[in-house]
Amino acid sequence: MKIAFTTKGEKWESMIDPRFGRTEFILIYEEEKDAFISFDNRDIEQEAHGAGPKTSQVIYDLKPDVLITGNGPGGNAASILERMNIKIFTGAGNMTVKEAYEAYKKGTLKEF
Amino acid sequence: MKIAIASGKGGTGKTTLSTNLAAYIAESQKVVLSDLDVEEPNSGLFIKGALIKEENKFTMKPEWKEDKCTLCGLCQEVCNYNAIVKLGNEIVVFPELCHSCYACSELCPTNALPMVPQKMGVLKHFEKNGISFIESRLDIGQEQAVPLIAQTLEFVDENFLDTSIKLYDSPPGTSCPVIEATKDADFIILITEPTPFGFNDLKLAIETMKKLEKKFAVVINRFGIGNDDVVEYCEKENIPLIAKIPNNRKVAELYSRGELIYDKIPEVKQELKKITDYILKILKPNKA
Repeated sequence: MKIAFTTKGEKWESMIDPRFGRTEFILIYEEEKDAFISFDNRDIEQEAHGAGPKTSQVIYDLKPDVLITGNGPGGNAASILERMNIKIFTGAGNMTVKEAYEAYKKGTLKEF
Repeated sequence: MKIAIASGKGGTGKTTLSTNLAAYIAESQKVVLSDLDVEEPNSGLFIKGALIKEENKFTMKPEWKEDKCTLCGLCQEVCNYNAIVKLGNEIVVFPELCHSCYACSELCPTNALPMVPQKMGVLKHFEKNGISFIESRLDIGQEQAVPLIAQTLEFVDENFLDTSIKLYDSPPGTSCPVIEATKDADFIILITEPTPFGFNDLKLAIETMKKLEKKFAVVINRFGIGNDDVVEYCEKENIPLIAKIPNNRKVAELYSRGELIYDKIPEVKQELKKITDYILKILKPNKA
């Protein structure tokens, strides 16, 4: 399973970025390899419009099976994510990546 | 001459001033009143004229032609608004993010993104007692007011060359719709109420007009409520405060019935005269 997190850093201890479109990083944890792939999304700050679709497009190309985030994607972003075979979980805005992963495993995150 | 009535804060009397000023001026000369608050036009509640013309207004959006597309992705790269994304072997357009700049369409090497018209609203032209009233209304679900405001301004420019006074009832706030509604105006009237909220937003509106290098003046509505901050500020900053429309219960009563007020309350008419005299003077400095 490839699990994507919207994050403020690139480690297990990093905080989840509650924003979807304007997340600083996209961190992908590959369970089988026990390894991270990270995507630096900080250029999104320069975008005045359409951060949601732009970040969704990155997620689309990275093809994770699961997305864990905070507030959840907006309408435009969601319409892109709906085209993928992906499960989205929200409500991890105040957690570290590790805590969010554990919460996901326990099934306590909210499915979008 | 083009005079925009703007405010910063909503609900301070833009429409009340626009409609009453239009009717007052129309007693002596022809006037055009255009409601540019296309998301919520309401001048028409007070100027109930005869409908002369009604036309649909369109904006242009790209439409993806799958059979022509080579999936090169250039469209996505050139879009400044992230309104077009390549998803695998599909191109997805988000019309509500699109600003109709044509970049994707013009630069597409295989013409796979022709621009097609999309209806965004309706423009109506009414006539009433010397007032040519133009109202545009954005369709439900449309997110961008600016293109419709721009087309409404064009309509007024093209159809009323001979009418010397044109009034524009602007949208509230200080964002894109207000900029579009005021950027071609010769003069801006900023109407406010003398309350902390009115004062705060007035300062934002003044800052905006200074950035646009516009001539402007302030009118206080509901004068008598709140405090003296607006008056003191205008004095300190040397901003012309050209009229004070008194707070009066009768104004609210007439307004709630969709009636004009200036011909029923002499104090209001007197303030409108001050505004009109000021505008005529400042816009014709050589004739003074």
